[in-house]
Amino acid sequence: MTYGTVNADVITTSTAGGVLGAGNASIMKNRIINGAMVISQRNGSTSVTGINGKVYPVDRFPLYCNVASKCTAQQSTDVPAGFTNSILVTSTSAYTVGSGDEFVISQDIEGYNLADWNWGTATAKAATLSFWVKSSLTGTFGGSIGSGLTSYSYPYTYTISAANTWEYKTVAIAAPTTGSSDFSTTNGSACVVRFGLGCGSTFSGTAGSWSANNYFSATGAVSLVGTNGATFYITGVQLEVGSSATGYEYENYTSLLQKCQRYYEIIVNPDGLASSQLGQSSMTSSTSARGPIIFYKVNKRATPTMTATGSFGYLSGASFSSFDFTQTQDIQTNLVGLTAVVTGGTTGQSNTLRTGSTTSTITASAEL
Amino acid sequence: MYQYVIDSVTGQVSQNCIKRVADNAYIPFATDNSDYQAYLKWVAEGNTPLPADE
Repeated sequence: MTYGTVNADVITTSTAGGVLGAGNASIMKNRIINGAMVISQRNGSTSVTGINGKVYPVDRFPLYCNVASKCTAQQSTDVPAGFTNSILVTSTSAYTVGSGDEFVISQDIEGYNLADWNWGTATAKAATLSFWVKSSLTGTFGGSIGSGLTSYSYPYTYTISAANTWEYKTVAIAAPTTGSSDFSTTNGSACVVRFGLGCGSTFSGTAGSWSANNYFSATGAVSLVGTNGATFYITGVQLEVGSSATGYEYENYTSLLQKCQRYYEIIVNPDGLASSQLGQSSMTSSTSARGPIIFYKVNKRATPTMTATGSFGYLSGASFSSFDFTQTQDIQTNLVGLTAVVTGGTTGQSNTLRTGSTTSTITASAEL
Repeated sequence: MYQYVIDSVTGQVSQNCIKRVADNAYIPFATDNSDYQAYLKWVAEGNTPLPADE
């Protein structure tokens, strides 16, 4: 039997990453949401292709690319012991990154969830990033911790020693003691945790120190997108206060889903049912209908972006044409009052609004 | 790419939101909405939204 070690502020177990009780953290130890890659509201485990922008293989962890179609990402079940899901990124070409290119998996952490670390001030606290990673490539990989408004960053490196083998990594993050206005303490982005998949020189810097630059990764890091077919898996991402990485903070599914839904929620038809009733609408004219009001399960971080997909209709009377989300008084952080453009309506008539197919959804997004 | 949208109540181009063409998302003109910030950046780069569908 192997025994652990008791230090001044940590209890080390005999398994990798099995450290208990570091620092003062007792609850809300991990400031990353969905670090075990369990929640995937948008795409399930379906592969998504990188665009010039963000796509979400799982909740809270977008794949950001500035060049489209160089890689794909998806939720995976290839995991280290103790986990059920990971993100898999696959390079789909041998792309040589230009100086201004950026390919990253990242997560913005909301200010409310990091304010107690005092980042950007003289009393800022140091932190530790830990995660499990596996790649078909070996070598020195990179990433960064950036301030929410992107004026400051802390590039870091880690080494993948063996191809196609899960490895546990820890990264010490020095306390950022300047730039307080760049680290939100409210509903903006406090910081961005990035894992580089290929970043050009403009966005790469020296690892191990904060600087007034918007670096996404470390200079000289492996470029995943540079090798066609190369794979990169990651899970168990944890960012915690203190100088020691501790065991991953598992969460019950309900609270984890609710945390994710502060940023994105399928508010209509999450189960993908055809002819599902949304509620009653009232015809305010022959061409317009108001209602129903749909309360979100979780209040949103900000006034959300609304997206309706698929067909909708009424059980009787008017024909549905489209939703109109231009009425700002009806789109709030806790609810949306639906307005629809219709034909054949009769003023004052009430109708039941329903989904038209299994792919009919309405979503509210307030991502950082 | 973005597109102006018609407010179905007033019949005028909405002063409250813009549509993202790729996924038909309605982006509110709310300063803490990151999609709106992305839209503002896109405009600042010299781009112009498509006219609204009539």
